[in-house]
Formats: sequence, C-alpha cells, structure tokens
Amino acid sequence: MDEVFKALADASRRELLDRLYADNGQTLGALCERLNMTRQAVSKHLAVLEAANLVATVKRGREKLHYLNPVPINEIAERWIGKYERHRLQALAELRRSLERKS
Amino acid sequence: MSEPKFVYVTYIATTPKKLWQALTEGDFTRQYWYGTSIESDWTPGARVTLRNDGKLSDTGEVLVYEPHRRLSYTWHVEFHEVFSREKPARVTFELEPIGATVKLTITHDEFEPGSKVLEAVSNGWPMVLASLKSLLETGRPLDTTGAESLASAKQQAIARAQGRAG
Repeated sequence: MDEVFKALADASRRELLDRLYADNGQTLGALCERLNMTRQAVSKHLAVLEAANLVATVKRGREKLHYLNPVPINEIAERWIGKYERHRLQALAELRRSLERKS
Repeated sequence: MSEPKFVYVTYIATTPKKLWQALTEGDFTRQYWYGTSIESDWTPGARVTLRNDGKLSDTGEVLVYEPHRRLSYTWHVEFHEVFSREKPARVTFELEPIGATVKLTITHDEFEPGSKVLEAVSNGWPMVLASLKSLLETGRPLDTTGAESLASAKQQAIARAQGRAG
C-alpha cells in the first residue's frame, strides 16, 4: 500500500492516470502527446505506476499498451469505507457532480 | 485479437490451484461474487451459466480451459435487455505464480462499439477482485460483495446504461 500512496503523491503521475481513465490502453507515444514532459520522464513515471500495480501493460506486436488498474485504489476504499456508507457516498458524489454541472 | 478494453491485475497470496477453484466452482464464486454461482462442465465450447438465487444473470461459452493457467469464456449479460441485446464480449483470466503469490490478470475485450456492458462490468470487477483476494487470504469475503448488495449494484448498472444518473 505504501507504493500506491507514493505513486499517487505526484501530479504528473495522477495526470497520466487521468489520461488512461479517459482513454484506456494507450502506447507510450500516445501518452507523450500534448504532455509537457519528456518521453524519458513519462516512461519513468509509468514504471513507478506499474510497480505500484496502478498501471497494467499488455504487449501487442511491438507495442506496449498501458491500462489503468483501479484494483489497488479499490482496496484502499474497501479498507476505510463501510458497507452502508458506500451508497450514501455515491449519492453525495452524484449530487456534487450535478450541482457543479449546473453552476 | 481486438484491443482489450480493460485489464485488471491483482496479486493474491494463494496457490494457482486454489485460485483456479475460486474462479470455476460455483460454491466458491457465490462467496465473493455478489452471491453469483458459476456453472459449466468446462470443456471447450461448453456453456457457462452465472446465476443469482437461481435467476439467470449471464451466460457464455468456454473458449480456453488450461487448468491453473488460463481460462477464457464469452460473456453475454442476460439480466436486462439493455445489455442482452449486445453480442457477447470475452473475458480471460491468466494466473502466474510469483513467489508466494499468484498474479491474476483479467482482460476484457470484444465489446461492441459503444457497449453498455463495458461500463457495467468495468464498475463491478475491482470490487469482486478485492473480495476474492480477501476470501483467499483471510477466509472472509468483503461485505460489499454479498448477495444483498447485488440488487442495488445491478439497478445502478441498468440506470447508468439507460442514461440516467445512478
């Protein structure tokens, strides 16, 4: 779990996860587009995310596709969010989303 | 092979044999998978049936059955017509022993373009996996994946698929 928190404690790495969340299964090249980071920096960040099991990779021919793996994040949630809280928290998140959309 | 849409990875402190049983035996799946029991005679081409409380939930067909290593079947969601009108997708489980743990990789692919099933399954797997891990490592599944949580999870999936806020 330490590795997960360390991996998440970096804005660039969170941005990479956001990009995979929006479009899962990207190559290193695709992830480097429109990012203010060198290819080496992106590659290094992806290695940290993969070591923390937040990113899973699949080889396809010569390419390596990167996938967001939400399993460790869910394990964190399961540790501190109780059975009966989950639905109330989901309802709160929905409420917030719909209010922020309107304003 | 089409590009996978989802890849989930978890490391479980268990043996490939026990994990294999947990994936293929109904008495086992019922404990961590929202009360869902899986049934098949696990020969290539055989039908796979997932039931909740005796009610049909999903069906599939066995594609690959290599004990303790690789399991793949098609996935056709049957519990609501918003999902059942889609063609079957495919799920693949790969088991790889690493030290005292087994790396379990779940890959989902062959979804229809704009698939509603894709969203529904993507929300369910991380929780089911966490519960599977808990069951194998501690002997107890997670509360949130008990049969009583299923109805609301399914209702939410249907609501999302029909385009309303869940």
